Amino acid sequence: MSKTIHTPLTREMARTLKSGESCLITGTIYTARDAAHKRLCELVAKGEKLPLDIENAIIYFVGPTPAKPGQAIGSAGPTTSYRMDAYSPTLINIGQTGMIGKGKRSAEVVNAMKANGAVYFGAIGGAGALLSKCIKKAEVIAYDDLGAEAIRRLEVEDFPVVVIIDSEGNNLYETGRNAYLETLK
Amino acid sequence: MRIIQASEITKTIRRLCIDANCHLPADMKDRITCARANEKWPVAQEILDRIIENYTIADTNNVPICQDTGLACVFVEIGQDVHVEGDLTEAINEGVRQGYTDGYLRKSAVRDPIDRVNTKDNTPAMIYFDIVPGDKLKLTVAPKGAGSENMSRLAMLKPSDGIEGVKDFIVKAVEEAGPNPCPPIIVGVGVGGTFDKAAFMAKKALVRKTDERNADPFWAGVEAELLERINALGIGPQGFGGATTALAVNIEKCATHIACLPVAVNINCHVTRHESEVL
Repeated sequence: MSKTIHTPLTREMARTLKSGESCLITGTIYTARDAAHKRLCELVAKGEKLPLDIENAIIYFVGPTPAKPGQAIGSAGPTTSYRMDAYSPTLINIGQTGMIGKGKRSAEVVNAMKANGAVYFGAIGGAGALLSKCIKKAEVIAYDDLGAEAIRRLEVEDFPVVVIIDSEGNNLYETGRNAYLETLK
Repeated sequence: MRIIQASEITKTIRRLCIDANCHLPADMKDRITCARANEKWPVAQEILDRIIENYTIADTNNVPICQDTGLACVFVEIGQDVHVEGDLTEAINEGVRQGYTDGYLRKSAVRDPIDRVNTKDNTPAMIYFDIVPGDKLKLTVAPKGAGSENMSRLAMLKPSDGIEGVKDFIVKAVEEAGPNPCPPIIVGVGVGGTFDKAAFMAKKALVRKTDERNADPFWAGVEAELLERINALGIGPQGFGGATTALAVNIEKCATHIACLPVAVNINCHVTRHESEVL
């Protein structure tokens, strides 16, 4: 049974989510990857306004393919998250509550998640054609010059994710693998 | 002497870029469905089902299997009796430019590793030339995604490390990569040669069919043993646990120096794509 999440994702809601839980996200989420994160953090450092409302926001680490005629967006699966490790704590500290990506995260990111009540979700890496079907609308809202790396506002419906790391630091990459290996003993 | 027009090469590369990105090779689909049939861990079964659903959608709708449509790696085998009328490298780059634009593929190439300005047409291609006997020209486009590329490793081992050192290094590279390269993965390995030759062989191993073993029985045995060891790690599809961490281990080897034992591991994801055509 999947849990339904309607955005924005409040800290209270984020704290109820547990590692290993399947969720379906509906509402507004934002895209950003390496280059956009770098620019966002530069704005934070200068105390300037961000081009998105970071409070209770979920950021999806993705650089989609261009939409074909008739499509809202092209293929849009997650990119590897550790490249955002240098930036995520800064954004979590100012209100971001959710991240969607794939792969491991640093201790600094997990500490920021625990301190603030944020969640790291995983979407299936390499399933871009399938995941794009849950994205109903996509609009570039900043950094158009970055092409695939521009920040987009997405409207998603029942976007499937799994909680990989929860706000207490529990990690599905460790527990899932260990639980499987236990069955072999 | 046979003459091939550069324009024909451009046209072929354009088509190969689009087809490779939208259609997973049949041997890969066989590996994935076979792994699904043998997988007993429920979460892993579910992910493999979604992976199968994903490549089926891509096939039907002619859309990219993955949003990372990669750097365009192009292997060129030129018969020594072929004369290309025009600029061969430019003909390939023009094919990539057209394929990535017309095929709605993502442009992921940046012109410089530090200033990181996107070239906006996915050029330049990463081209590997090989001169062979005959009057044919074989083109292979293998789009390479970065999630798995970044998890690749190379070591200059000592001859005394022997085959056990080689095996341990490969398994360690896969274990450290964990969930990052989108398992289930294909493990491309190059053993021997020089520093750069080992890396090239590892890349080339990824375009060998996944159901084809190394022709040398010793190395075929190493491939089989490593696949078993890697799948015993329990990383599983997407790293959530399970029996399916790798779908194949492809090893290429060659002669080396009396003092060298280079090993390169080039990891690829479950979207291991390539398309070829012989002109």
